[in-house]
Amino acid sequence: MAGLELLSDQGYRLDGRKATELRKVQARMGVFAQADGSAYLEQGNTKALAVVYGPHEMRGSRSRTLHDRAVINCQYSMATFSTAERKRRPHGDRKSTEMSLHLKQTFEAAVMTQLYPRSQIDIYVKILQSDGGNYSVCVNAATLAVIDAGIPMRDYVCACTVGFVDETPLADLCYAEESGGVSSLALALLPRGGQIALLQMDARLHQDHLETLIEAAMTACKGVSKVLDEVVRQHLQEVSVLARD
Amino acid sequence: MATVQVSEAEKVYILHGIRDDLRVDGRGCEDYRHMEIETDMVSNTDGSAKVTLGHTAVLVGIKAEIRKPKPMVPNEGYLEFFVDCSANATPEFEGRGGEELGTELSNTLYKVFNNKHSMDLKSLCISAGEHCWVLYVDVLLLQCDGNLYDAMSIAIKAALFNTKIPRVHISADDEGGKEIELSDDPYDCMRLNVENVPCIVTLCKVGHRHVVDATLQEKACSVASLIISVTHKGTVTCMRKVGGGSLDPESIFEMTEAGKRVGKALHAPLMKLLQQEESLGKTRRKVGFLG
Repeated sequence: MAGLELLSDQGYRLDGRKATELRKVQARMGVFAQADGSAYLEQGNTKALAVVYGPHEMRGSRSRTLHDRAVINCQYSMATFSTAERKRRPHGDRKSTEMSLHLKQTFEAAVMTQLYPRSQIDIYVKILQSDGGNYSVCVNAATLAVIDAGIPMRDYVCACTVGFVDETPLADLCYAEESGGVSSLALALLPRGGQIALLQMDARLHQDHLETLIEAAMTACKGVSKVLDEVVRQHLQEVSVLARD
Repeated sequence: MATVQVSEAEKVYILHGIRDDLRVDGRGCEDYRHMEIETDMVSNTDGSAKVTLGHTAVLVGIKAEIRKPKPMVPNEGYLEFFVDCSANATPEFEGRGGEELGTELSNTLYKVFNNKHSMDLKSLCISAGEHCWVLYVDVLLLQCDGNLYDAMSIAIKAALFNTKIPRVHISADDEGGKEIELSDDPYDCMRLNVENVPCIVTLCKVGHRHVVDATLQEKACSVASLIISVTHKGTVTCMRKVGGGSLDPESIFEMTEAGKRVGKALHAPLMKLLQQEESLGKTRRKVGFLG
C-alpha cells in the first residue's frame, strides 16, 4: 500500500523527516548583477532561480497596458536536465503555461501594483533541479527576487505543498511522495495577515480532512516565511556593510 | 544577443583605448575576464558545469542515454546539443524570443564538438549497430554579457570531464537477443577523454585591432568577429566569421594566429584546475549559486 511506504509506523517519511518537517531551505539574493532583482533558492533537492525585470515600460502589445496599475508577467520554465527523464522543451507546454498563470495570480495579490500604473513587471523563474514542490519553490524564490528588485509588496509570499497520508498531513512533499499517489495541496500564503493568495488541489480528499490540511499548509508556510525573513535581513546586512565602507 | 546601446562618444572612447591596448576595464587586448568554473552542480545529470566569465553565466548539464547508433557510423556514439537562451538573461528571450539565437549556437556547437577529432566517439559505442551512448548536452544561458561561445565551450569541456557514464554489461537474453545491464555501483563508471576537446575563442575586430573576450559594449563597436575552435595542441578545428561587416584577408590571418595562441594557452590551466577540483573528492564544498 502506498500509505505504508510514505509514512512509517514510527512517523518517519521516505527521506527521514517527520510529518510536519520542512526540507532544508538555503537561499541567496542578488545572484545576477544585470537583472533588476534575482534570487536562488534550494529546498531540499529542488533548486530554482528567479529573476525580476522591472518595473519598466510595457513591451510588446501596448493595448494590454492598465491605466491604474502595473501588469505582472510571469514565465515558468524548467531546465531540460532538471528532471530524471530529460525534458525536451523547457517551456511552452501546457504545464508550464499553467504554472506561469498561477505565479501571475499569486504575485498580483502581493505586489503593490497601484504604485506603478502603465508599466510591466517581469518575473522569470527557472527550475534547475526538480524534486517535488516545484510551484512552492518558485514562489519562494520569486518573493526574494521581487524584494531584491526593490518592488514593494504587501507581505512575503510563502508557499508550500502538503499531502495527506494515513490521516496525517505531510508538509513539503518531495517528488517520490508527490508521484506516490498522495492527495497534494499547494498553498501560497501572505503570513502576517494569514491571507491565502493561491490554493490548488487536484486530487480526491474527504471534506472533513480539508481544514486540517489547510491548517498544516499554513503552519508550514509560516515556517518558510521565517527562513525567508532571515535571508533578507542577512542580505541587507551584507549589502549595508559594503555600502558603509 | 542581448543588445546594449552605445553612444558615439563611448564608441570613440572604446576604439581609442583598444588602439592603445587598454580596454575599458583595464585589460589588454588578449586578456580574459575573471573566470569561475565549478562542476557537478546538478545531481540529476551525469555531468554538469557552471562557468561565469565576467557577467556571462552559463550552466551545462549532460545526460547519457542508450539509443540506436546512426546508420552511417554504426560503431560510434554521438552528442546532441541544445542551447536554451532563458528569459533570465534578458526579457527579449521570453517565450520563443530566444529560439533563433539558441538554434544558431547549437548548430555551431555541433560543428565544433560532434566529430571524431574532438571526441573519441568510438568509446561511446556499446554494441555496434544496436546500442550506443548518446550524450545530451544541454546548455542553459543565464546571463549574457558577451562572449557566449567561449563560456559555452569551456563549460562543455568541464562538464564532459565531469561526466560519469555507468558501465554496461551485455548478456545474452533467453530468446537470443542482447540484454543490457547497467552497473549498480555508482562508482563503477566510465570517464571521457577530453584531451582533444577544443575550446572556442572569439575575436572581435574593433578598429584596426582585435580583442579577445569582448563585452557587449565592445561588441557594439566591432565590425565583425571570428570564431575559432582550437585544441590543446594548437590545431584549429573549426573557423567561422560572424557579424555584418567585412574583413580583410590579412586581418583574418592575424586573428587566426592570435586565436591559436590564446586558445592553446587556455587548455593547460583549465585541465589543471579540473583535475585539482576532482582530486578534492568528498572534501570539496559545493558552492553553486550560494557562494
